Amino acid sequence: MKFPYSFPLTRAFCLYLGQAAFLAWEMFRSIFAGRIRWGIVLHQIVEIGFGSQAVVIITGIFTGAVFTAQIFFQFNALNMSTAVGPVVSIALCRELGPVLTGLMVAGRVGAAMSAEIGTMKVTEQIDALRALAVNPIDYLVVPRAVAMMISMPLLVGECIFFALTASYFVATSMLNVNSVFFLHHMWRYTHGKDMVMALTKGFVFAIIVVIVGCQQGLGTRNGAVGVGRSTTDAVVISSLSILMINFFLTMALNMVFPAGGGGY
Amino acid sequence: MHGSTDNLIEVRDLRQKIGTQEILRGVNLDIPRGETLVLLGQSGGGKSVFLRHLIGLMRPVSGSIRIDGEEIARLDERELEPVRRKIGMLFQDGALFDSMTVFENIAFPLRERGERNLKVIREKVAHALELVCLQGQEGKMPVNLSGGMRKRASLARAIISEPSCILYDEPTAGLDPIVSDTINRLIRRLQSQLHVTSIVVTHDMVSANHIADRVALLREGKIHFSGSLAKLHGTADPVIRDFVEGRSREID
Repeated sequence: MKFPYSFPLTRAFCLYLGQAAFLAWEMFRSIFAGRIRWGIVLHQIVEIGFGSQAVVIITGIFTGAVFTAQIFFQFNALNMSTAVGPVVSIALCRELGPVLTGLMVAGRVGAAMSAEIGTMKVTEQIDALRALAVNPIDYLVVPRAVAMMISMPLLVGECIFFALTASYFVATSMLNVNSVFFLHHMWRYTHGKDMVMALTKGFVFAIIVVIVGCQQGLGTRNGAVGVGRSTTDAVVISSLSILMINFFLTMALNMVFPAGGGGY
Repeated sequence: MHGSTDNLIEVRDLRQKIGTQEILRGVNLDIPRGETLVLLGQSGGGKSVFLRHLIGLMRPVSGSIRIDGEEIARLDERELEPVRRKIGMLFQDGALFDSMTVFENIAFPLRERGERNLKVIREKVAHALELVCLQGQEGKMPVNLSGGMRKRASLARAIISEPSCILYDEPTAGLDPIVSDTINRLIRRLQSQLHVTSIVVTHDMVSANHIADRVALLREGKIHFSGSLAKLHGTADPVIRDFVEGRSREID
């Protein structure tokens, strides 16, 4: 009998989803009610957005470079080396850019959020906030969420820009692809809707990272060990959620912005 | 039925469970305005749990808590905010925000209540720091303060918005006798200067003798004794005598 053994896991999963949904509900209620502390949002944009740029740029550059090389090795054998540009560009806009940025930000920002809020929880600072009649969701979660929703699409755009720039230089300087053909084809087959898809995914991943990071932080128990566990779980859960939700998001967004359709 | 409206706090049949363990088993307690009540009890006996109910940090399994005539036991977080504005709380380890300086910590409640005038904020913070004898420490981070200083800074944060009631969770725990005495004098001074109602949770009899108008003893989740210091010291109840004299019943 497998069911009884799997039951506690199912219960824990449902409980977690319920808590995350409750947090998301409270967070959006506060945002729509205008309970946004813009000073803290600005501070968080610097911490989250500005501080994540190096990681995102390096990820973009090397992903763009290696993806270009691999596509070139395959396509060159078929005499299709000028198709490298559009393939790299569409893959980066629709999948690699948002997913890799999401994963890097989940590792950097999600972990930091969980650790900071978790430490505040175990040292009674969250209770102190509540005792001072300050709602922890308004004070801690909402500014981080707004900052992430603003920063993530910009970081995704930045990642894609640097990836495509790296791709251009690798293709034209190292792999001898004709630069005019490369740019021409890339421009011809990449559309605005691919970029919209990238930014939409970035926005959704921002919400996932914030909800998971803050949920883990606010649920921290058992002192320093608990903070460590929350931080690890925040990264694991948000990374896996990004990968899983990305698939469904791709299917849904493909209905709105169908792939393909090139030409002039 | 709740008692007289002269009581700032009225607690009736308060019950709380953590896991399967019953922590509070029907606590009944009235606290009149302006009184300093010392709540005694063994470590792990539910004193801090009781205190946390009075500011809505925990919800009871059953029972009633009235603050200033308002039932708070079933209020949600947002409904509790006006009640919490009337109450200040000193946490056991201070619970200062460690990303802020002492000044920012103490100014926090003022800023959250919409005070934007920096001159007014500075004046009020300076006054609060003077009350707790911490002048000149505004720029320090909480991590650079000693245990006693952290507690005093936390107390300054609790009193800056002039609450009508202050809850103290073990204000002298882990402090040397001299710093403990400073804190005790401070509680007394705040009481005489600000006329606040105070509830002090402690197991420190020296502290209780110094500050209490009335003493209550929490034992096995219920109020075992409630009365004046003289009544406490004059009782023949062996449980109270053991506690007051610090005697263990364990055989060597």
